[in-house]
Amino acid sequence: MIFALLRRDLAQFFPFTGSGAALPVVFFVAVAMLFPFAVGPDANLMAKTGGGVVWIAALLAAILPLEKLVARDIDLGFFDQLRLRGMAEEAMMAVRLAAHWLSFGPPLVLATFPAAALLKIEGETFQILLLGLLAGTPGLAAIGLMIAALTASLRAGAALSGLLLIPLALPILIFGAGALARQDQVSLGFVAAISLALVALAPFAAGAAIRAAREN
Amino acid sequence: MQPSLPTLAADNLACRRGDRLLFRRLSFRLEAGAACHVTGANGAGKTTLIRALAGLTTPYAGAVMREGALALLDERTGLDPDLPLGRALAFWFGLDTAPDTGTMIARLRLDALAEVPVRYLSTGQKKRAALARVLGQGAGVWLLDEPLSGLDTDSQGLVMELVREHCADGGIALIASHQPLDLPGMTSFAIEDFAPALEDLAEQDEDA
Repeated sequence: MIFALLRRDLAQFFPFTGSGAALPVVFFVAVAMLFPFAVGPDANLMAKTGGGVVWIAALLAAILPLEKLVARDIDLGFFDQLRLRGMAEEAMMAVRLAAHWLSFGPPLVLATFPAAALLKIEGETFQILLLGLLAGTPGLAAIGLMIAALTASLRAGAALSGLLLIPLALPILIFGAGALARQDQVSLGFVAAISLALVALAPFAAGAAIRAAREN
Repeated sequence: MQPSLPTLAADNLACRRGDRLLFRRLSFRLEAGAACHVTGANGAGKTTLIRALAGLTTPYAGAVMREGALALLDERTGLDPDLPLGRALAFWFGLDTAPDTGTMIARLRLDALAEVPVRYLSTGQKKRAALARVLGQGAGVWLLDEPLSGLDTDSQGLVMELVREHCADGGIALIASHQPLDLPGMTSFAIEDFAPALEDLAEQDEDA
């Protein structure tokens, strides 16, 4: 049952196959492309600030898929039907988290290659950036899932979720971008730890949120 | 179909929507083979009752007891709107390991629609698709919320036929509908009969 659901969720959200399309990834690369135009082609300046720009672009790209992430399936009665078949809301949300991350984390990491080339990020900085995004995107996905589930029954949910994600994602951004400035691995450990805690927490918070959404 | 005989019972059930008490002291018991028709005007609480019986919401008071698997048909199909109908149904058939889906789909006259995305289906076609999902589940207890709305006369007859077969097979069907139904041995109650009387409301205000 879990695997059937994961397959279905992936088909829904994966870029190029589902209705989610490749929008977040395109958006991510577009930001990296715009930045040199905005600040001028100073290689030194770009190498210094480019990593931070990539992180901000990743954070903003994480907001884009949230609108469809949970609300649509609540409206469809999809979660209700799964519940009748004995599946716990927490399990549904754990599967949703996995599908959400798979459909935006790895594509974003891949898109970092062209983005880094555009921003003249090279060598060790590039490695730390890649590792940081790998460690940080599960956390961003977990925050996104919790927010999407909490705001699913609100009319202005989509606009609100973007606003809510930004402050909650600050720790990941601070340590992720901080690792670039100091060129150290310790901050990456912090990013991974924050992500891990969020991933462990998110299915329970989101599951409780969709249960609560039924009651009104 | 079910190893143990299905039953569905409510004991002293009360449900609210928002702050308003919709019904209280509702008790009934349905044994295998029973059909029950719940009547009531729009907004009287039929859907609220069905969702409480399905275990999707917690009743304000009282308890629901159920034996056997449960299938729910309401205005939401649970089918992915972007997928062709055949594939959207295949997801649920796969989960429920439904046998003999071909004849079922033919019987509900959905075979010609297999390639049509669910969002292009009409209200009646969506309802028939949701019925296919319910049939595929092979559950002992059926909760049907307005199963006839949006259907043409032929399809309405087909739905009643399916319910009759389900009950003859030892299944339970609880049908909320404001339309008259014709089923052999069917019991029925009006949800308005359980609406709170004025003194109850006064009591409730004191509690609050």
